[in-house]
Amino acid sequence: MALAVAKQDALAARIAGLSYAAEGWLGAARGAALERLSAMGLPGKRDEYWRYTDPASLTVTDAPKAALFAADDEPPVFDGIDRVKLVFVDGVFDAAQSDDPALAGVEIERLAEAGARDIHWAQGLYGVLEARGQVPVQRPLAALNSTFATDGLLIRVTGRASKPVSLIYVHNSETSDAILHHCVKLEEGAELTVLENGPAAARFNKVMEVDVAKGARFHHIRSQGRDHERRAVTHVFARLADEALFKSFTLTANGVLTRNEAVIELLGDDAVAHVAGAAVGDGNFHHDDTVFVTHAGLRCESRQVFKKVLKNGAVGVFQGKILVKQGAQKTDGYQISQSLLLDEDSQFLAKPELEIYADDVKCSHGSTSGAIDETALFYLRSRGVPERAAQGLLVLAFLAEAIAEIEDEAIAEDIRARLEGWLARHDH
Amino acid sequence: MLEIKNLHVKLEEEEKQILKGVNLSIGAGEVHAIMGPNGSGKSTLSYVLSGRDGYEVTEGSATLDGQELLEMEPEERAAAGLFLAFQYPVEIPGVGNMTFLRTAVNAQRKARGEEEMSAGEFLKVVRERAKTLKIDAEMLKRPVNVGFSGGEKKRNEILQMAMLEPRMCILDETDSGLDVDAMKLVSEGVNALRSEGRSFLVITHYQRLLDHIKPDVVHIMANGRIIKTGGPELALEVEHNGYADLLAEVN
Ligand SMILES: Nc1ncnc2c1ncn2[C@@H]1O[C@H](COP(=O)(O)OP(=O)(O)OP(=O)(O)O)[C@@H](O)[C@H]1O
Ligand SMILES: [Mg+2]
Repeated sequence: MALAVAKQDALAARIAGLSYAAEGWLGAARGAALERLSAMGLPGKRDEYWRYTDPASLTVTDAPKAALFAADDEPPVFDGIDRVKLVFVDGVFDAAQSDDPALAGVEIERLAEAGARDIHWAQGLYGVLEARGQVPVQRPLAALNSTFATDGLLIRVTGRASKPVSLIYVHNSETSDAILHHCVKLEEGAELTVLENGPAAARFNKVMEVDVAKGARFHHIRSQGRDHERRAVTHVFARLADEALFKSFTLTANGVLTRNEAVIELLGDDAVAHVAGAAVGDGNFHHDDTVFVTHAGLRCESRQVFKKVLKNGAVGVFQGKILVKQGAQKTDGYQISQSLLLDEDSQFLAKPELEIYADDVKCSHGSTSGAIDETALFYLRSRGVPERAAQGLLVLAFLAEAIAEIEDEAIAEDIRARLEGWLARHDH
Repeated sequence: MLEIKNLHVKLEEEEKQILKGVNLSIGAGEVHAIMGPNGSGKSTLSYVLSGRDGYEVTEGSATLDGQELLEMEPEERAAAGLFLAFQYPVEIPGVGNMTFLRTAVNAQRKARGEEEMSAGEFLKVVRERAKTLKIDAEMLKRPVNVGFSGGEKKRNEILQMAMLEPRMCILDETDSGLDVDAMKLVSEGVNALRSEGRSFLVITHYQRLLDHIKPDVVHIMANGRIIKTGGPELALEVEHNGYADLLAEVN
């Protein structure tokens, strides 16, 4: 069937002002991505995969304006963590504000600089996992990213990184529209933690492709920017070999629109993939977690843990799928999505799915939506804990299962402190 | 210390009168016991005193050292020195017992304008008091009451009481669910806290607890009222004869 005219027109309008350099290995990858994109068009709100989240503001030609967040006294997230800082301002790498990338003990190159070469290791990764992730569900905004990303990092790890690589996304212009694409390749037995924080731009489209080889371990902890009006669509595509480990946690507080997609393939045997998120929204906040985990190897474990605290009309969305392919025996899949609605104006829309083609598997999923437990609240207050503080304790308790997915205790503590700060600022 | 006058309470949501004129006066340092048939309103009285939602006071008053309790928020009552050991302690997944205790102790101190307890000092005190109640360190780390046995929950209530050092302690069937040894342990915990400035209201169905925690005064509650008040011998009478005679007397 020919692509709907509307989608074609929308795509033409969106990309009219965009361009890319056609040379080098990257030019070829971009060309292939553009073909995928042209075949799909841009998503519309009638698409099944966008049923709960209107993509219009993510696909319009110009990024809607987003005011900058007036930062208060709270220090930036991860401030106390020893890390290698790499800063992007409105999507442009800022060497002056960044640390020397070599300090992390891993290979780090800028996409904008490495793309013109004839051959590069990233050829086997850039756009490759994204392309695999277009089936069975289309993700046009990721293909758009692969085609037009202006910058990003190519990170290759052969041993154990000496420090976390910390990507800091500064938002400086009210109309910025940033497209970044990172590739992370962990060779056999390698280990790396990537931290990400900041709003990045008025509108941010980010893709990260992660290839985790045998026995390698990848940790990803992200805190998305607090600018109230910012919009973001992000994709993480991961591929895991035997005994590989992938763990990703995202904290989202504020932001008028966020769509975070995670597409994970457990290809090897005995691999482990966990994706978790804690989102807290007050008022004009729409947060969508869309996750697709494919089990293809034997004895793999996957966990999806998503928690959202919503108030004053905030909206939370969860679309999560576990696909267990034929032969993926002894799969252990777990998925939970829960929301805590602090009032009756807020809502949570969830679509959990299991699709299983192997007979010897253990898969469970659950989705709940509830209010604060009044009995627990009274119990705490009867011990002298003031109502707001008691509610805060219960909110943190609700989010605890997601935060528990962060292995590094100092980072987990930092994330908890962010949440406490947010709760204190939004306690009415 | 605690003065309850002509307290009438109905359910907020329905036209059901539960307390129908309760009068009770507990002096400083005294231990009072309340016994009474199921459904007579004992727990309701303790909830209303501690400020739980869902009840409406239609008449009467309750004061703690002259302060009107019924006007205060639950946390203010706690800071004023009131403590209720719940008949059914509440499980709070995700909140560590230790965090909970420290938050509570320091919130009360703050409300009273006192200095907060340091983490080190708190840890020392809590370990020591937990030990006397045979609550092990593992239990302190777990989420509040989650996965605790019935008896463990009750001991945890007494630990909270020991840490918060309230002046007016209400124990609602703290003995139910306890084995013989645990009952002794809990009673010792309570007796250790007895002092001139601290009073107790012990709700129980069994004389046995009162062998350990000797009350000064025993009240019988039935159908939302205190129908008889006496000394410890009243509890023995109930133990032997049940409530039939007492109920007949009032009717
Ligand atoms: N929230 C409520 N909704 C409906 N009925 C209630 C509620 N609270 C109390 N009641 C009713 O009020 C009466 C008194 O209950 P209460 O729990 O105070 O009794 P009790 O004396 O503590 O009993 P027990 O010895 O069984 O613990 C009972 O009939 C009970 O069903
Ligand atoms: Mg009762």
